[in-house]
Amino acid sequence: MPFIPHTDEDVREMLAVIGAPSIEALFDEIPASLRVQGLPEIPAGLGELEVMQLMAARARQDGRPLCFIGAGAYEHHIPAAVWSIVTRGELYSAYTPYQAEASQGTLQTIYEYQTMMASLTGMEVANASLYDGASAVAEATLMAVRANRHSKAARILLPRTLHPHYRAVTLATASNQGLRFEELAYERGTGLTSLAALEACAADEFTALVIAQPNFFGMLEDVDALTDFAHARGALVIAVVNPTSLALLKPPGEWGAKGANIVVGEGQPLGCPLSSGGPYFGFMTTRMEHVRQMPGRIVGGTIDLDGRPGFTLTLQAREQHIRRAKATSNICTNQGLLMMAGTVYMALLGAEGLERVAALSMQRTEELVGALSAIPGVRRVFGRPGFHEAVLGLDRPVAPVLAALGARDIQGGLDLLDYYPELGPALLVCATETKSAADIDTYARALSEVLRAARAA
Amino acid sequence: MSDIPQDLRFTRSHEWLRALPDGTVEIGISDHAQRALGDLVFVELPDVGRNLSVGEACAVVESVKAASDVYTPIAGAVVAVNSQLQQTPELINREPYAGGWLFRLRPTSSVQAVGLLSASEYQVLEAQG
Repeated sequence: MPFIPHTDEDVREMLAVIGAPSIEALFDEIPASLRVQGLPEIPAGLGELEVMQLMAARARQDGRPLCFIGAGAYEHHIPAAVWSIVTRGELYSAYTPYQAEASQGTLQTIYEYQTMMASLTGMEVANASLYDGASAVAEATLMAVRANRHSKAARILLPRTLHPHYRAVTLATASNQGLRFEELAYERGTGLTSLAALEACAADEFTALVIAQPNFFGMLEDVDALTDFAHARGALVIAVVNPTSLALLKPPGEWGAKGANIVVGEGQPLGCPLSSGGPYFGFMTTRMEHVRQMPGRIVGGTIDLDGRPGFTLTLQAREQHIRRAKATSNICTNQGLLMMAGTVYMALLGAEGLERVAALSMQRTEELVGALSAIPGVRRVFGRPGFHEAVLGLDRPVAPVLAALGARDIQGGLDLLDYYPELGPALLVCATETKSAADIDTYARALSEVLRAARAA
Repeated sequence: MSDIPQDLRFTRSHEWLRALPDGTVEIGISDHAQRALGDLVFVELPDVGRNLSVGEACAVVESVKAASDVYTPIAGAVVAVNSQLQQTPELINREPYAGGWLFRLRPTSSVQAVGLLSASEYQVLEAQG
Protein backbone atom coordinates (compact mmCIF):
# COMPACT_ATOMS: atom_id res chain seq x y z
CA MET A 1 0.00 0.00 0.00
CA PRO A 2 1.23 3.52 -0.70
CA PHE A 3 2.19 5.50 2.41
CA ILE A 4 0.19 8.52 1.34
CA PRO A 5 -2.55 9.63 3.72
CA HIS A 6 -4.75 11.34 1.11
CA THR A 7 -7.62 9.38 -0.40
CA ASP A 8 -8.58 9.95 -4.04
CA GLU A 9 -11.50 11.93 -2.76
CA ASP A 10 -9.25 14.16 -0.60
CA VAL A 11 -7.13 14.88 -3.65
CA ARG A 12 -10.17 15.71 -5.83
CA GLU A 13 -11.49 18.03 -3.14
CA MET A 14 -8.19 19.89 -2.74
CA LEU A 15 -7.79 20.26 -6.50
CA ALA A 16 -11.31 21.66 -6.72
CA VAL A 17 -10.56 24.23 -4.02
CA ILE A 18 -7.48 25.56 -5.77
CA GLY A 19 -9.06 25.23 -9.19
CA ALA A 20 -6.54 22.85 -10.74
CA PRO A 21 -7.76 20.08 -13.04
CA SER A 22 -5.17 17.50 -11.92
CA ILE A 23 -1.96 17.07 -9.90
CA GLU A 24 -0.08 16.81 -13.20
CA ALA A 25 -1.36 20.29 -14.10
CA LEU A 26 0.45 21.75 -11.07
CA PHE A 27 3.74 20.98 -12.81
CA ASP A 28 2.75 22.58 -16.11
CA GLU A 29 5.44 25.24 -15.87
CA ILE A 30 8.17 22.60 -16.18
CA PRO A 31 8.65 22.09 -19.95
CA ALA A 32 7.93 18.56 -21.14
CA SER A 33 11.44 18.32 -22.57
CA LEU A 34 12.90 18.61 -19.07
CA ARG A 35 10.73 15.89 -17.56
CA VAL A 36 11.95 12.38 -17.07
CA GLN A 37 9.83 9.96 -19.08
CA GLY A 38 10.13 6.81 -17.00
CA LEU A 39 13.35 5.35 -15.59
CA PRO A 40 14.30 2.50 -17.95
CA GLU A 41 17.62 1.88 -16.15
CA ILE A 42 15.87 1.17 -12.88
CA PRO A 43 14.91 -2.51 -12.63
CA ALA A 44 11.55 -3.74 -11.41
CA GLY A 45 11.08 -4.17 -7.66
CA LEU A 46 12.46 -7.23 -5.87
CA GLY A 47 11.16 -9.16 -2.92
CA GLU A 48 12.95 -9.03 0.43
CA LEU A 49 14.63 -12.42 -0.03
CA GLU A 50 15.94 -11.46 -3.47
CA VAL A 51 17.26 -8.13 -2.15
CA MET A 52 19.06 -9.90 0.71
CA GLN A 53 20.65 -12.35 -1.73
CA LEU A 54 21.68 -9.57 -4.10
CA MET A 55 23.22 -7.45 -1.35
CA ALA A 56 25.01 -10.45 0.19
CA ALA A 57 26.55 -11.19 -3.22
CA ARG A 58 27.64 -7.54 -3.58
CA ALA A 59 29.12 -7.54 -0.07
CA ARG A 60 31.14 -10.68 -0.88
CA GLN A 61 32.82 -8.75 -3.71
CA ASP A 62 34.31 -6.41 -1.09
CA GLY A 63 35.84 -9.34 0.78
CA ARG A 64 37.42 -8.76 4.17
CA PRO A 65 40.84 -7.42 3.23
CA LEU A 66 43.40 -6.51 5.85
CA CYS A 67 43.13 -2.73 5.62
CA PHE A 68 46.03 -0.32 6.20
CA ILE A 69 44.39 2.66 4.50
CA GLY A 70 43.51 5.65 6.66
CA ALA A 71 43.48 8.96 4.79
CA GLY A 72 40.43 10.37 6.53
CA ALA A 73 38.45 7.20 7.37
CA TYR A 74 39.73 4.88 10.08
CA GLU A 75 38.96 1.32 11.03
CA HIS A 76 38.42 1.17 14.77
CA HIS A 77 36.83 -1.45 16.94
CA ILE A 78 33.18 -0.55 17.50
CA PRO A 79 31.71 -2.14 20.63
CA ALA A 80 28.66 -4.25 19.66
CA ALA A 81 26.51 -2.22 22.04
CA VAL A 82 26.92 0.92 19.91
CA TRP A 83 24.81 -0.13 16.94
CA SER A 84 22.56 -2.30 19.04
CA ILE A 85 21.57 0.84 20.96
CA VAL A 86 21.50 3.16 17.95
CA THR A 87 19.20 0.89 15.95
CA ARG A 88 16.56 0.76 18.67
CA GLY A 89 13.23 2.01 17.36
CA GLU A 90 13.25 5.07 19.60
CA LEU A 91 16.55 6.31 18.20
CA TYR A 92 16.71 4.93 14.68
CA SER A 93 16.26 8.12 12.68
CA ALA A 94 18.59 10.53 10.93
CA TYR A 95 16.56 13.62 11.72
CA THR A 96 15.43 15.69 14.62
CA PRO A 97 11.66 15.40 14.36
CA TYR A 98 9.73 18.40 13.03
CA GLN A 99 8.21 18.98 16.43
CA ALA A 100 11.62 18.61 17.98
CA GLU A 101 10.69 19.20 21.61
CA ALA A 102 8.26 16.26 21.53
CA SER A 103 11.31 13.98 21.22
CA GLN A 104 13.12 14.71 24.45
CA GLY A 105 15.24 11.54 24.14
CA THR A 106 16.64 12.59 20.76
CA LEU A 107 17.32 16.10 22.00
CA GLN A 108 19.01 14.80 25.14
CA THR A 109 21.31 12.60 23.06
CA ILE A 110 22.26 15.57 20.89
CA TYR A 111 22.85 17.65 24.02
CA GLU A 112 25.16 14.95 25.41
CA TYR A 113 26.94 14.78 22.05
CA GLN A 114 27.48 18.55 22.03
CA THR A 115 28.79 18.45 25.57
CA MET A 116 31.28 15.68 24.77
CA MET A 117 32.51 17.33 21.56
CA ALA A 118 32.95 20.70 23.28
CA SER A 119 34.87 19.01 26.06
CA LEU A 120 37.02 16.93 23.68
CA THR A 121 38.00 19.99 21.62
CA GLY A 122 38.35 22.41 24.54
CA MET A 123 35.61 24.69 23.19
CA GLU A 124 32.46 26.16 24.74
CA VAL A 125 29.72 25.13 22.33
CA ALA A 126 29.10 22.51 19.63
CA ASN A 127 26.44 22.18 16.96
CA ALA A 128 24.39 19.03 16.42
CA SER A 129 26.74 17.81 13.62
CA LEU A 130 27.37 18.51 9.93
CA TYR A 131 27.53 16.30 6.83
CA ASP A 132 31.15 15.19 7.06
CA GLY A 133 34.66 16.44 7.74
CA ALA A 134 35.06 18.03 4.31
CA SER A 135 31.83 20.04 4.41
CA ALA A 136 32.59 20.99 8.01
CA VAL A 137 35.83 22.67 6.86
CA ALA A 138 33.93 24.51 4.11
CA GLU A 139 31.32 25.69 6.61
CA ALA A 140 34.06 26.76 9.02
CA THR A 141 35.68 29.00 6.40
CA LEU A 142 32.34 30.68 5.65
CA MET A 143 31.72 31.06 9.37
CA ALA A 144 35.16 32.60 9.91
CA VAL A 145 34.43 35.28 7.33
CA ARG A 146 31.19 36.15 9.13
CA ALA A 147 32.83 36.04 12.55
CA ASN A 148 36.01 37.99 11.82
CA ARG A 149 34.58 41.46 11.50
CA HIS A 150 38.00 43.07 11.53
CA SER A 151 38.98 41.41 8.30
CA LYS A 152 37.42 42.55 5.06
CA ALA A 153 39.60 40.36 2.88
CA ALA A 154 37.57 37.09 3.01
CA ARG A 155 40.91 35.42 2.40
CA ILE A 156 41.61 31.99 3.88
CA LEU A 157 44.98 30.25 4.11
CA LEU A 158 44.61 26.52 3.47
CA PRO A 159 47.62 24.30 4.10
CA ARG A 160 48.55 21.78 1.45
CA THR A 161 48.86 19.31 4.33
CA LEU A 162 45.06 19.47 4.78
CA HIS A 163 43.20 16.42 3.36
CA PRO A 164 43.06 16.96 -0.44
CA HIS A 165 39.35 16.11 -0.54
CA TYR A 166 38.63 18.65 2.20
CA ARG A 167 40.46 21.29 0.17
CA ALA A 168 38.51 20.38 -2.96
CA VAL A 169 35.14 20.45 -1.19
CA THR A 170 35.97 23.73 0.53
CA LEU A 171 36.94 25.38 -2.74
CA ALA A 172 33.84 24.04 -4.47
CA THR A 173 31.57 25.22 -1.66
CA ALA A 174 33.02 28.57 -0.71
CA SER A 175 34.98 30.01 -3.62
CA ASN A 176 31.76 31.01 -5.38
CA GLN A 177 30.62 32.82 -2.25
CA GLY A 178 33.31 35.48 -2.45
CA LEU A 179 36.02 33.70 -0.46
CA ARG A 180 39.59 33.52 -1.72
CA PHE A 181 41.85 30.65 -0.80
CA GLU A 182 45.63 30.48 -0.75
CA GLU A 183 47.46 27.20 -0.51
CA LEU A 184 50.24 27.04 2.08
CA ALA A 185 53.19 24.88 1.04
CA TYR A 186 54.81 22.39 3.39
CA GLU A 187 58.45 21.70 4.10
CA ARG A 188 59.68 18.73 2.14
CA GLY A 189 61.92 17.55 4.95
CA THR A 190 59.36 17.50 7.75
CA GLY A 191 55.95 17.30 6.07
CA LEU A 192 54.89 20.27 8.17
CA THR A 193 53.38 23.58 7.08
CA SER A 194 56.23 25.86 6.10
CA LEU A 195 56.58 28.96 8.27
CA ALA A 196 58.33 30.70 5.38
CA ALA A 197 55.35 29.99 3.12
CA LEU A 198 53.06 31.24 5.86
CA GLU A 199 55.05 34.48 6.26
CA ALA A 200 54.88 35.05 2.52
CA CYS A 201 51.13 34.43 2.32
CA ALA A 202 50.48 36.52 5.41
CA ALA A 203 52.07 39.61 3.90
CA ASP A 204 48.53 40.53 2.80
CA GLU A 205 45.58 40.59 5.17
CA PHE A 206 43.96 37.20 5.75
CA THR A 207 40.76 36.28 7.57
CA ALA A 208 41.54 32.85 8.89
CA LEU A 209 44.24 30.19 8.95
CA VAL A 210 43.26 26.55 8.70
CA ILE A 211 45.45 24.15 10.70
CA ALA A 212 45.18 20.37 10.28
CA GLN A 213 46.29 18.37 13.33
CA PRO A 214 47.42 15.71 12.71
CA ASN A 215 47.91 16.74 9.10
CA PHE A 216 47.16 14.49 6.11
CA PHE A 217 50.60 12.89 6.41
CA GLY A 218 49.90 12.00 10.04
CA MET A 219 52.45 14.58 11.18
CA LEU A 220 51.97 16.90 14.14
CA GLU A 221 52.07 20.59 13.26
CA ASP A 222 53.48 23.24 15.60
CA VAL A 223 49.95 24.33 16.42
CA ASP A 224 50.95 26.80 19.15
CA ALA A 225 53.21 28.80 16.87
CA LEU A 226 50.73 28.71 13.97
CA THR A 227 47.83 29.80 16.19
CA ASP A 228 49.73 32.68 17.74
CA PHE A 229 50.98 33.75 14.31
CA ALA A 230 47.42 34.01 12.98
CA HIS A 231 46.02 35.74 16.06
CA ALA A 232 48.84 38.29 16.06
CA ARG A 233 47.65 39.33 12.58
CA GLY A 234 43.98 39.60 13.50
CA ALA A 235 43.03 36.32 11.82
CA LEU A 236 40.95 33.50 13.23
CA VAL A 237 42.18 29.92 13.56
CA ILE A 238 40.20 26.97 12.20
CA ALA A 239 41.41 23.68 13.64
CA VAL A 240 40.77 20.51 11.63
CA VAL A 241 41.31 17.59 13.98
CA ASN A 242 40.92 13.85 14.32
CA PRO A 243 38.66 13.26 17.35
CA THR A 244 40.49 10.11 18.46
CA SER A 245 43.80 11.95 18.52
CA LEU A 246 42.39 14.51 20.96
CA ALA A 247 42.45 11.89 23.70
CA LEU A 248 46.25 12.35 23.60
CA LEU A 249 46.94 15.71 22.00
CA LYS A 250 46.36 19.18 23.38
CA PRO A 251 42.78 20.26 22.58
CA PRO A 252 42.51 23.11 20.04
CA GLY A 253 40.98 25.32 22.73
CA GLU A 254 44.46 25.39 24.31
CA TRP A 255 46.52 25.99 21.18
CA GLY A 256 48.84 28.97 21.57
CA ALA A 257 48.06 31.82 23.91
CA LYS A 258 44.38 32.12 23.03
CA GLY A 259 43.31 28.80 21.48
CA ALA A 260 41.66 28.07 18.14
CA ASN A 261 38.40 29.85 17.28
CA ILE A 262 36.57 27.14 15.35
CA VAL A 263 37.19 23.39 15.51
CA VAL A 264 35.92 20.95 12.89
CA GLY A 265 36.61 17.41 11.80
CA GLU A 266 35.35 14.06 10.63
CA GLY A 267 33.41 12.15 13.26
CA GLN A 268 33.67 8.74 11.57
CA PRO A 269 36.39 7.38 13.89
CA LEU A 270 33.81 7.62 16.68
CA GLY A 271 31.68 4.53 16.20
CA CYS A 272 30.96 4.70 12.47
CA PRO A 273 32.04 1.71 10.36
CA LEU A 274 34.00 2.14 7.13
CA SER A 275 31.31 2.00 4.49
CA SER A 276 32.40 2.88 0.96
CA GLY A 277 33.03 6.48 2.01
CA GLY A 278 30.00 7.12 4.16
CA PRO A 279 27.61 8.15 5.52
CA TYR A 280 29.81 9.66 8.20
CA PHE A 281 29.31 12.87 10.20
CA GLY A 282 31.13 16.17 10.61
CA PHE A 283 31.53 18.02 13.87
CA MET A 284 31.99 21.69 14.70
CA THR A 285 32.68 23.45 17.97
CA THR A 286 33.51 27.05 18.78
CA ARG A 287 33.60 29.74 21.44
CA MET A 288 30.47 31.46 22.72
CA GLU A 289 31.62 34.74 21.18
CA HIS A 290 31.19 33.21 17.71
CA VAL A 291 28.07 31.12 18.39
CA ARG A 292 25.71 33.28 16.36
CA GLN A 293 27.85 32.77 13.29
CA MET A 294 27.89 28.98 13.70
CA PRO A 295 25.82 26.95 11.22
CA GLY A 296 23.68 24.00 12.19
CA ARG A 297 21.24 23.20 14.92
CA ILE A 298 21.97 23.55 18.63
CA VAL A 299 20.15 21.83 21.48
CA GLY A 300 20.04 23.66 24.78
CA GLY A 301 19.06 22.66 28.29
CA THR A 302 16.09 24.46 29.82
CA ILE A 303 13.25 24.05 32.33
CA ASP A 304 9.58 23.63 31.47
CA LEU A 305 6.59 25.47 32.94
CA ASP A 306 6.57 23.11 35.91
CA GLY A 307 10.24 23.67 36.61
CA ARG A 308 11.35 20.28 35.29
CA PRO A 309 14.58 20.05 33.30
CA GLY A 310 14.22 19.49 29.58
CA PHE A 311 15.82 20.12 26.21
CA THR A 312 14.98 22.47 23.37
CA LEU A 313 16.38 23.67 20.06
CA THR A 314 18.00 27.01 20.71
CA LEU A 315 19.45 30.00 18.86
CA GLN A 316 17.15 29.20 15.96
CA ALA A 317 17.16 32.80 14.75
CA ARG A 318 20.41 31.86 12.91
CA GLU A 319 18.64 29.18 10.94
CA GLN A 320 17.05 29.07 7.53
CA HIS A 321 13.44 28.77 8.65
CA ILE A 322 13.76 32.14 10.42
CA ARG A 323 16.68 33.98 8.88
CA ARG A 324 15.85 32.90 5.30
CA ALA A 325 18.50 34.04 2.82
CA LYS A 326 20.70 35.39 5.62
CA ALA A 327 20.80 32.15 7.60
CA THR A 328 24.24 30.96 8.68
CA SER A 329 23.74 27.88 6.44
CA ASN A 330 21.08 25.39 5.41
CA ILE A 331 22.57 22.59 7.49
CA CYS A 332 20.09 20.53 9.51
CA THR A 333 20.66 17.24 11.30
CA ASN A 334 20.88 14.83 8.36
CA GLN A 335 23.68 12.91 10.02
CA GLY A 336 21.82 12.50 13.29
CA LEU A 337 22.02 8.72 13.23
CA LEU A 338 25.80 8.72 12.84
CA MET A 339 26.10 11.44 15.46
CA MET A 340 24.06 9.20 17.74
CA ALA A 341 26.53 6.35 17.13
CA GLY A 342 29.40 8.70 17.97
CA THR A 343 27.69 9.71 21.20
CA VAL A 344 27.11 6.12 22.32
CA TYR A 345 30.67 5.20 21.31
CA MET A 346 32.18 8.03 23.37
CA ALA A 347 29.90 7.26 26.31
CA LEU A 348 30.90 3.58 26.28
CA LEU A 349 34.65 4.19 25.94
CA GLY A 350 34.90 7.17 28.22
CA ALA A 351 37.94 9.44 28.23
CA GLU A 352 40.20 6.62 29.36
CA GLY A 353 38.98 4.19 26.70
CA LEU A 354 39.43 6.75 23.94
CA GLU A 355 42.93 7.45 25.21
CA ARG A 356 43.76 3.72 25.01
CA VAL A 357 42.45 3.59 21.42
CA ALA A 358 44.58 6.60 20.48
CA ALA A 359 47.73 5.36 22.22
CA LEU A 360 47.43 1.86 20.80
CA SER A 361 46.82 3.20 17.28
CA MET A 362 49.89 5.37 17.53
CA GLN A 363 51.97 2.48 18.82
CA ARG A 364 50.72 0.11 16.09
CA THR A 365 51.55 2.67 13.41
CA GLU A 366 55.08 3.01 14.76
CA GLU A 367 55.45 -0.78 14.72
CA LEU A 368 54.09 -0.88 11.16
CA VAL A 369 56.40 1.87 9.93
CA GLY A 370 59.33 0.19 11.69
CA ALA A 371 58.58 -3.17 10.06
CA LEU A 372 57.95 -1.76 6.58
CA SER A 373 60.84 0.69 6.44
CA ALA A 374 63.23 -2.16 7.32
CA ILE A 375 62.40 -3.64 3.89
CA PRO A 376 64.88 -2.72 1.12
CA GLY A 377 63.36 -0.09 -1.16
CA VAL A 378 61.06 1.31 1.54
CA ARG A 379 61.85 4.39 3.61
CA ARG A 380 60.05 6.72 5.96
CA VAL A 381 59.64 10.05 4.14
CA PHE A 382 59.23 12.41 7.09
CA GLY A 383 61.49 11.91 10.04
CA ARG A 384 59.69 11.90 13.33
CA PRO A 385 56.66 9.92 14.44
CA GLY A 386 53.22 11.46 14.00
CA PHE A 387 49.82 10.21 15.09
CA HIS A 388 48.50 7.02 13.48
CA GLU A 389 49.60 7.55 9.87
CA ALA A 390 52.89 7.91 8.02
CA VAL A 391 54.20 8.41 4.50
CA LEU A 392 56.49 5.74 3.08
CA GLY A 393 58.63 6.27 -0.02
CA LEU A 394 59.05 3.33 -2.40
CA ASP A 395 61.79 2.77 -4.97
CA ARG A 396 59.22 2.08 -7.70
CA PRO A 397 55.68 3.15 -8.70
CA VAL A 398 53.17 2.47 -5.96
CA ALA A 399 50.11 1.40 -7.96
CA PRO A 400 51.44 -2.01 -9.15
CA VAL A 401 52.70 -2.75 -5.64
CA LEU A 402 49.27 -2.01 -4.16
CA ALA A 403 47.65 -4.16 -6.84
CA ALA A 404 49.93 -7.08 -5.96
CA LEU A 405 49.15 -6.63 -2.26
CA GLY A 406 45.45 -6.44 -3.10
CA ALA A 407 45.72 -9.83 -4.78
CA ARG A 408 46.91 -11.09 -1.38
CA ASP A 409 43.87 -9.52 0.30
CA ILE A 410 45.86 -6.64 1.78
CA GLN A 411 44.87 -2.99 1.30
CA GLY A 412 48.36 -1.58 1.62
CA GLY A 413 47.60 2.13 1.92
CA LEU A 414 46.86 5.15 -0.25
CA ASP A 415 48.96 5.94 -3.32
CA LEU A 416 49.80 9.66 -3.02
CA LEU A 417 50.72 10.10 -6.69
CA ASP A 418 47.52 11.90 -7.69
CA TYR A 419 47.49 14.14 -4.61
CA TYR A 420 51.18 14.85 -3.96
CA PRO A 421 53.11 14.03 -7.14
CA GLU A 422 56.04 16.06 -5.80
CA LEU A 423 56.74 13.27 -3.29
CA GLY A 424 57.56 10.72 -5.98
CA PRO A 425 56.38 7.14 -5.34
CA ALA A 426 54.79 7.56 -1.91
CA LEU A 427 52.34 5.55 0.13
CA LEU A 428 50.24 6.75 3.08
CA VAL A 429 49.77 3.96 5.63
CA CYS A 430 47.78 3.69 8.83
CA ALA A 431 47.43 1.15 11.62
CA THR A 432 44.85 1.43 14.35
CA GLU A 433 44.24 -0.70 17.44
CA THR A 434 42.49 -3.21 15.13
CA LYS A 435 45.84 -4.34 13.70
CA SER A 436 47.66 -7.02 15.68
CA ALA A 437 51.39 -7.71 15.63
CA ALA A 438 50.57 -10.70 13.41
CA ASP A 439 48.67 -8.46 10.95
CA ILE A 440 51.64 -6.12 10.74
CA ASP A 441 53.94 -9.06 10.20
CA THR A 442 51.65 -10.38 7.44
CA TYR A 443 51.80 -7.01 5.67
CA ALA A 444 55.59 -6.70 6.05
CA ARG A 445 56.22 -10.18 4.63
CA ALA A 446 53.83 -9.58 1.74
CA LEU A 447 55.39 -6.22 0.86
CA SER A 448 58.86 -7.67 1.07
CA GLU A 449 57.91 -10.47 -1.32
CA VAL A 450 56.06 -8.18 -3.72
CA LEU A 451 59.03 -5.81 -3.94
CA ARG A 452 61.50 -8.66 -4.36
CA ALA A 453 59.38 -10.12 -7.16
CA ALA A 454 59.12 -6.70 -8.81
CA ARG A 455 62.88 -6.23 -8.65
CA ALA A 456 63.47 -9.66 -10.15
CA ALA A 457 61.00 -9.04 -12.98
CA MET B 1 -0.94 53.44 20.73
CA SER B 2 2.33 54.43 22.32
CA ASP B 3 3.65 57.79 23.42
CA ILE B 4 6.18 58.79 20.83
CA PRO B 5 8.71 61.53 21.61
CA GLN B 6 7.95 64.35 19.23
CA ASP B 7 11.60 65.05 18.36
CA LEU B 8 11.95 61.72 16.56
CA ARG B 9 11.56 60.96 12.89
CA PHE B 10 10.69 57.56 11.55
CA THR B 11 11.11 55.27 8.57
CA ARG B 12 8.45 52.99 7.14
CA SER B 13 10.69 50.08 8.16
CA HIS B 14 10.29 51.11 11.83
CA GLU B 15 13.65 52.72 12.58
CA TRP B 16 13.72 56.06 14.40
CA LEU B 17 16.21 58.94 14.19
CA ARG B 18 17.06 61.66 16.65
CA ALA B 19 19.21 64.66 15.71
CA LEU B 20 21.64 65.30 18.57
CA PRO B 21 23.02 68.75 19.45
CA ASP B 22 26.53 67.78 18.31
CA GLY B 23 25.33 67.20 14.76
CA THR B 24 25.25 63.41 14.98
CA VAL B 25 22.13 61.31 14.57
CA GLU B 26 21.00 58.56 16.92
CA ILE B 27 19.16 55.57 15.46
CA GLY B 28 17.02 52.89 17.05
CA ILE B 29 13.93 50.79 16.40
CA SER B 30 10.40 51.85 17.26
CA ASP B 31 8.26 50.69 20.14
CA HIS B 32 6.00 49.04 17.58
CA ALA B 33 8.99 47.14 16.13
CA GLN B 34 10.22 45.89 19.50
CA ARG B 35 6.73 44.70 20.41
CA ALA B 36 6.39 42.86 17.12
CA LEU B 37 9.75 41.15 17.63
CA GLY B 38 9.16 40.15 21.25
CA ASP B 39 11.87 39.68 23.88
CA LEU B 40 15.19 40.67 22.36
CA VAL B 41 18.10 38.37 23.12
CA PHE B 42 20.90 39.64 20.91
CA VAL B 43 21.93 42.72 18.98
CA GLU B 44 24.61 42.91 16.34
CA LEU B 45 25.90 46.45 15.84
CA PRO B 46 28.06 47.99 13.12
CA ASP B 47 31.74 48.72 13.72
CA VAL B 48 32.58 52.25 14.78
CA GLY B 49 34.11 54.05 11.82
CA ARG B 50 32.16 52.14 9.20
CA ASN B 51 30.69 54.27 6.43
CA LEU B 52 27.08 53.46 5.71
CA SER B 53 25.08 54.34 2.64
CA VAL B 54 21.35 54.99 2.64
CA GLY B 55 19.29 51.84 3.08
CA GLU B 56 22.26 49.66 4.03
CA ALA B 57 21.58 46.78 6.43
CA CYS B 58 23.93 47.58 9.29
CA ALA B 59 22.58 45.96 12.46
CA VAL B 60 20.62 42.88 13.45
CA VAL B 61 18.10 42.63 16.26
CA GLU B 62 17.33 39.08 17.33
CA SER B 63 14.46 37.99 19.51
CA VAL B 64 13.48 34.56 20.70
CA LYS B 65 11.38 34.12 17.58
CA ALA B 66 12.93 36.25 14.83
CA ALA B 67 15.98 38.12 13.63
CA SER B 68 15.59 41.35 11.69
CA ASP B 69 17.97 43.60 9.86
CA VAL B 70 18.08 47.26 10.74
CA TYR B 71 18.56 49.64 7.80
CA THR B 72 20.10 53.05 8.08
CA PRO B 73 17.78 55.72 6.70
CA ILE B 74 20.66 58.14 6.15
CA ALA B 75 24.24 57.88 5.00
CA GLY B 76 27.08 58.53 7.39
CA ALA B 77 29.97 57.25 9.43
CA VAL B 78 29.27 55.29 12.61
CA VAL B 79 30.61 57.33 15.52
CA ALA B 80 29.23 55.31 18.44
CA VAL B 81 27.32 52.12 19.20
CA ASN B 82 25.28 51.31 22.28
CA SER B 83 27.58 48.76 23.86
CA GLN B 84 25.18 48.26 26.79
CA LEU B 85 23.00 46.25 24.42
CA GLN B 86 25.59 43.47 24.25
CA GLN B 87 24.81 42.53 27.83
CA THR B 88 21.26 43.90 28.10
CA PRO B 89 19.49 43.74 24.75
CA GLU B 90 16.20 43.93 26.64
CA LEU B 91 16.86 47.67 27.00
CA ILE B 92 15.33 47.91 23.52
CA ASN B 93 12.12 46.36 24.87
CA ARG B 94 12.10 48.53 27.96
CA GLU B 95 13.19 51.88 26.55
CA PRO B 96 13.04 51.77 22.75
CA TYR B 97 13.36 55.56 22.44
CA ALA B 98 15.99 56.15 25.14
CA GLY B 99 18.40 53.57 26.57
CA GLY B 100 17.63 51.21 23.67
CA TRP B 101 19.28 53.31 20.95
CA LEU B 102 21.44 51.27 18.56
CA PHE B 103 24.11 53.48 17.00
CA ARG B 104 25.02 57.09 16.16
CA LEU B 105 26.03 58.40 12.76
CA ARG B 106 27.75 61.52 11.59
CA PRO B 107 25.59 62.08 8.53
CA THR B 108 27.15 62.73 5.15
CA SER B 109 23.82 63.79 3.65
CA SER B 110 21.30 66.25 4.99
CA VAL B 111 18.86 64.63 7.37
CA GLN B 112 16.11 66.91 6.08
CA ALA B 113 16.62 65.71 2.55
CA VAL B 114 15.29 62.22 3.01
CA GLY B 115 11.63 61.26 3.17
CA LEU B 116 11.15 60.52 6.85
CA LEU B 117 7.94 60.46 8.83
CA SER B 118 7.16 62.77 11.72
CA ALA B 119 6.09 61.23 15.01
CA SER B 120 2.41 61.82 14.26
CA GLU B 121 2.71 60.47 10.72
CA TYR B 122 4.39 57.36 12.07
CA GLN B 123 1.66 57.00 14.65
CA VAL B 124 -0.86 56.80 11.83
CA LEU B 125 1.22 54.10 10.12
CA GLU B 126 1.54 52.24 13.41
CA ALA B 127 -2.22 52.39 13.95
CA GLN B 128 -2.73 50.81 10.53
CA GLY B 129 -0.65 47.93 11.83
